[in-house]
This record gives sequence, C-alpha cells and structure tokens, in this order.
Amino acid sequence: MTGMPDKTNLPLLKVQNLSKFFGKHIGCHDINFELSPGEVIGIVGESGSGKSTLLNCIAGKTNPTNGAVYFNSSDGYIDLCMSDEALLRKIARTQTGFVTQNSRDGLRMGISAGGNIGERLMANGMRNYGQIRKIALEWLETVEIDPARIDDLPETFSGGMQQRLQIAANLVTEPKIMLMDEPTSGLDVSVQARLIDVLRKLVSRLNLSMVLVTHDLAVARLMCHRLYVMKNGKIIESGLSDQILDDPRKPYTQLLVSSVLKP
Amino acid sequence: MSHQYNFAYLDEQSKKMIRRTMLKAIAIPGFQVPFGGREMPLPYGWGTGGIQLTAAILGKEDTLKVIDQGSDDTVNAISIKKFFKTTADIEVTESTENATIIQTRHRIPETPLKKGQIMVFQVPIPEPLQFIEPRRRETAKMHAYQEYGAMYVKLYEDIATYGRIATAFDYPVQVNQRYIMSPSPIPKYDNPKLNQSPAIHFFGAGREKRIYAVPPFTDVKSLDFEDYSFELESWNEPCSICGSTTSFLDEIITDDEGTRLFICSDTEYCQKRSQGGE
Repeated sequence: MTGMPDKTNLPLLKVQNLSKFFGKHIGCHDINFELSPGEVIGIVGESGSGKSTLLNCIAGKTNPTNGAVYFNSSDGYIDLCMSDEALLRKIARTQTGFVTQNSRDGLRMGISAGGNIGERLMANGMRNYGQIRKIALEWLETVEIDPARIDDLPETFSGGMQQRLQIAANLVTEPKIMLMDEPTSGLDVSVQARLIDVLRKLVSRLNLSMVLVTHDLAVARLMCHRLYVMKNGKIIESGLSDQILDDPRKPYTQLLVSSVLKP
Repeated sequence: MSHQYNFAYLDEQSKKMIRRTMLKAIAIPGFQVPFGGREMPLPYGWGTGGIQLTAAILGKEDTLKVIDQGSDDTVNAISIKKFFKTTADIEVTESTENATIIQTRHRIPETPLKKGQIMVFQVPIPEPLQFIEPRRRETAKMHAYQEYGAMYVKLYEDIATYGRIATAFDYPVQVNQRYIMSPSPIPKYDNPKLNQSPAIHFFGAGREKRIYAVPPFTDVKSLDFEDYSFELESWNEPCSICGSTTSFLDEIITDDEGTRLFICSDTEYCQKRSQGGE
C-alpha cells in the first residue's frame, strides 16, 4: 500500500447502480462504488466477469444501460452517462487518463515517443515546441525511459517501455483519475515489477487516484488500497486489499486467491 | 460535337446538386461537405473533383484558364481546357487577368486574383488529419469538436526530425478561426495568397467526394508553433527567364554535369513579365 487515501475530500468518482447489458447478456450489473482522491481501487475477477465493460462505462467509451457515473469535475459533479460527447471528450483529454492493455491501442505507433507525450499538451492548447519538448523529456525520465530515445518510434520500444510511455502520455496533463485496463498483462514478471514500481512512485508523488482492472492478484495486492471482486458482471465482495486477499469470505474469492501460482 | 453532350458534359441535375453542395461549402468555410461525385471520363487523380466543380459553375459567358503545376501547357491543363472547349464551347485563356474561372492543380497564380474570379482546386486528399488519424469517423469528430492537437503532432514530428517545419506543400491551414483545412498540394509559398483573398476558392476531391471552400475575404492562417513560425521558401537567385525575385521558382537540371537554373513555375506570369519588361 502506498500511503493512506485522503478522506477529507469529496469522492472523485461515484458509480451508482451502473448496469450494462448486451442484448440478453449481462456486461455488468448494479455496480456501486466511490473513489476518493489519492485512492487506488482494484477490480479483480476472471476473464469475462465484466471488469473491462465496467471500466469502459466509467471512461465514457461505452454507454451504460442504466445507472450513473458522477465525476467530480471543477464545475461540481457531472453525470458522465448523461453528458454530451463534446464534454466527455474534453474530460477524457484533460481530467482522466486511460491506459489500455495493448499499448498499440493507446499510442500512435507511427509517431515518436515525444510526439505521443506531446499530443495531449497540444490538444490542450500548448503551442510552444521548446516547452512541449522539455515536458516530454521530463516525463520520459519520470517513467524511467532513456530521454535520448525521445525521437524514436514506440514500435522500437519493448513492451514494458511502451506501457510506461503510454502512462507518461496520459499523465502529462496531470489528470485527476487514471483508468487502467490490465496494464501489466502480457509483460514478463521482472518488467511487470518495474512498471508497478514506477506506478507506485507516481501514485505517492502525484496523489493519483486510480481504477485498476486486473486479473493478476499480485499486482492488485501491491497497487490497490481497496478491491472489488467481480463475477458474472456483479460485485460479489469488496473491502481492503489485504483483507480480501488474506481472508476471502466468498467461495469464489477463495478459489481466485488459491489459484494464484506460487513459485 | 457539342450537340452530343449536355452543356459542360454533366447533366443539369448533377450540376444543380454540386452547386448546392458548393453553396453549403461557402457557408461553412473550410468544412468538407460530402457530395454525390459523378464518374467523369478521366481517371481519379487527374482532376475529377475539380472538373465537376468547373462543369457545375461554368456559364456561356465564362472564360476558363487551367493550370497544372503553374503551367498552362502541360497535358493535364491542355486536355481539361480542350474538354470544356468541346463540351461547352466557352472561351479559354492563358491570362490570369482575363479568366473568370481558373481550375488549378498545385498552384495559385502569381498575378493577384480579383473580386469575381473563381479558383477551382483539384484535391487528392481532402482530410488534413488523415496521416495522424486514419479513421474517418474519428476525424469527423475531431473537426466537430475542434480537437486539433493531432495536427500539431505532425508539425512537432517535423521539427523533431528535421529541426524545422519541413512540410513544404499541402501545409495545413485554419480557416476563419475554425476548421483546419488541407489547401490541396499547393506549395506553402501559396498559402498566404489564400488569406483575405478577394476571389472565391473551391476545392473538389473527386475520389473522396468532398467539396470545401474559402469564401472571399476570409482569414486563412497557416499553423505553426510560437517558437517555430510559418516560413516561406526562398531562392538565392532570380528567375533566369524573367528575373522575378518574388515568384515561386522551379529548379531545372539542364545537363549531366549538374548545371541547373531556376525559372518561374507560373509560365503565364513569367511570359508576361519577359515580354512586357524587356
């Protein structure tokens, strides 16, 4: 755990009765939770349990069937599900970040690392090349990528570097919330460890709030303050990470915890 | 032969549809309006977009000038002129001053345009954001919400790679402080001629079936950074035929030893100057 979340402020995000159906199939159903500033919450569960659907609803990428997602913007709470697209996209490029499982979906592969980091700055009106360049270099350093590679294409980067670049490209405008969809899957264990290390540093330094979707319980334990366990689109258990992982109550959670491979 | 075709080749219904689209394009400067592009008797990429616009606005009293890379007498220019001479029996000219409609590929004439003149550009790729974002659905939204950060990414990449904005043609512009527009592959040297121009500028993309326009006296700003501003090309020598120092020059290699000379790309302008001046 990386420092205690700040409880004095109002929640950044309030998810209320959120449901998403795909025809007869349940994506996620009746989801409720809140995210406080500086807090990292994890959503865990097996593949197909609705984790990513939930995250996409929060990010405004999918329109939920029912329920509300209140976001604490500078103008008070906004229901993201009822907002028009222009506002959603504005929030998505300033106040929230979205890190995808596959870095190809989150980065522009034909554009240099510096360009990828700079895009969000330029999208928010920065028109000074020197300044953009300086900030991009700083961020490369922050996510532990050699600044000399600023003009290289992400294609020439390793999977772990691409993922760190994606994080830098999202954090450059200092969003309030980071939404992460399985950021560590597909990376080998040592690369995962480095990514988690970088993320933990950023969380404590920037007081970042994060919703982390993962099926990797080890990552969840290292990163998250609180955990929500999902099964068949519903949250079946929630609580502090250590509590859930050390003392799971529901049979499904027990199964999930006991199925972690131990070397 | 003209009796075999409708006036200016296209049927009146099609011309009406194109004119309606052009009016819409004029009403929203820089916005790409889709239109039902017709099959023309020449391949895509040879000016099907421009030809349709010209056909739609051509009247019996019009005088047409066609240029290709500034030249009045290349195959493309001559063929298009001949096409309209045959199908519409109108006046054709090489003089920029006397023309009422100028169809162009890749240049704006050096002679300043006047009120009442209409420029018709042939456009291969109307979407300036395409190189950054290939999804049309997405670029439409980027235009709608004025999210133009990605366009600057292209300029950023130029500076990062070449140390300056190396884009020399099809240099993106912002029209009327709103839409970002591709000025078709004219050299960036011609971009300032679009700004507050007294003439109407129409852009027609035949393959992509889009029409857009810059109305007369509209602001057209070339994009740049605060610390890397928009710059025009310059040459160290004047045109070796007419001696112009203010015109866009083509480099011609004259032998195998690397001897080269620079001449005006706008042939009519060059001719006029060398005949009148000397």
